[in-house]
Amino acid sequence: MAIPALVKSLDGSKARVDFGEGVLRDVNVSLVDAKAGDYVLVHAGYAIQTVDEEDALETLALWKEILATEKDPGS
Amino acid sequence: MSEKLRFRDPELAKEIVQKMRKITPKGEHVKFCHVCGTHEWTITHYGLRSLLPRNVEVIAGPGCPVCIVPAAEIDEAVQLAQKGVVITCFGDVLRVPGSQMSLLEAKAEGADVRVVYGVSDAVEIAKREQDKEFVFSAVGFETTAPSTAIEALGNPPENFSFLVSHRLIPPAMELLLGVGDLNISGFLAPGHVSAIIGMKPYELFPRVYRMPTVVAGFEPIDVLMGIYMLLKQHTQGTALLENEYSRVVKWEGNPKALEVMDQAFAVTGGNWRGIGRLPNSALKLRNQLVAYDTREKYDVHIEQGKDILLGCECHLVIIGKIKPNECPMFMKACTPAKPVGACMVSNEGTCRVWAKTTASQPIN
Ligand code: SF4
Repeated sequence: MAIPALVKSLDGSKARVDFGEGVLRDVNVSLVDAKAGDYVLVHAGYAIQTVDEEDALETLALWKEILATEKDPGS
Repeated sequence: MSEKLRFRDPELAKEIVQKMRKITPKGEHVKFCHVCGTHEWTITHYGLRSLLPRNVEVIAGPGCPVCIVPAAEIDEAVQLAQKGVVITCFGDVLRVPGSQMSLLEAKAEGADVRVVYGVSDAVEIAKREQDKEFVFSAVGFETTAPSTAIEALGNPPENFSFLVSHRLIPPAMELLLGVGDLNISGFLAPGHVSAIIGMKPYELFPRVYRMPTVVAGFEPIDVLMGIYMLLKQHTQGTALLENEYSRVVKWEGNPKALEVMDQAFAVTGGNWRGIGRLPNSALKLRNQLVAYDTREKYDVHIEQGKDILLGCECHLVIIGKIKPNECPMFMKACTPAKPVGACMVSNEGTCRVWAKTTASQPIN
């Protein structure tokens, strides 16, 4: 299972991240280009990808729009 | 994670479900398959199956990396543990049954078996305790393999080696298409594996097999939206590769992760518990890292183990042929406290996910 976390600070390949409970943990960020303030997806102590916050908000907005306007196939 | 990003909006969920109902073809049973323990968790935990139109079904394929580790590979770890080597592993691996015993049982008999959160913790322990030999049981799909790769390439100490049990997801998906009477109409592809491998490895499913394929994330809205996208393709008679989880999954995946995986591992054939041997589905350390390959270092090569105990139906649960509650042992002889099969051991195992949530959630 991978869990999103907020990058608080960086030190080489290590980063301090917050999983949302206010507890800070060290994770390895050598697989991603992350900076403080980014969200990363953490799996077994490694950040495996950054989470694109802007894209997430756009996606949600887009879905709402699509669902509101989309013609049902065959109707 | 900021609330806005949680993808749990009940209003939106309702809208998606209404849309689904409108486009679902009548008089036809539509079955989609996911291959991810976390998808199963989201679907079961949030009772999503009960929201779907009656004739739409989502089944769980081989999405639990711990469940599919063959008994022979647990036996290898147990054998080494009994010889005095320290075995480090993820917590989930501890109770996975081997042919004779699990690592937990070996530990109870005095072997030194330690649970770690990640491979880097195991390496750190080995550096601190240089008078002992350490093995890390490297279990996991493409999500986990890059972390093993980094540590293997990062000059681990001489007293450390990797018992690699990594497996690859796309070959397992291809296998499912060959299983008679499974009749899948689309794949909900796993988000976290895809964060690493990207979209390209799934191209063959729509192209060669005409199988709609949607990569989806793990929040309830992600899963519902993914199912809706599959349903839409199915209704329209198209077969496309789509990405619901674009906030994490890029077309090219994670190039850095793919590069370290390629440097550290070669792709080879591998056995899957309950499935058998799948070509090009496993990873093996490359020749230049052979000093860190546990099997070579200690010459342990167990080919055959006892994968499925008498009466356990894990081999059918793993490929989605039956639901956990169709196994006669489910919640009788086999419970999370006393698991019989591997599917009841891991938090990502379908039987365990069902066992932990059936009490509170309706499941179709
Ligand atoms: S309920 Fe237990 S015995 Fe039955 S298939 Fe699941 S893990 Fe195996």
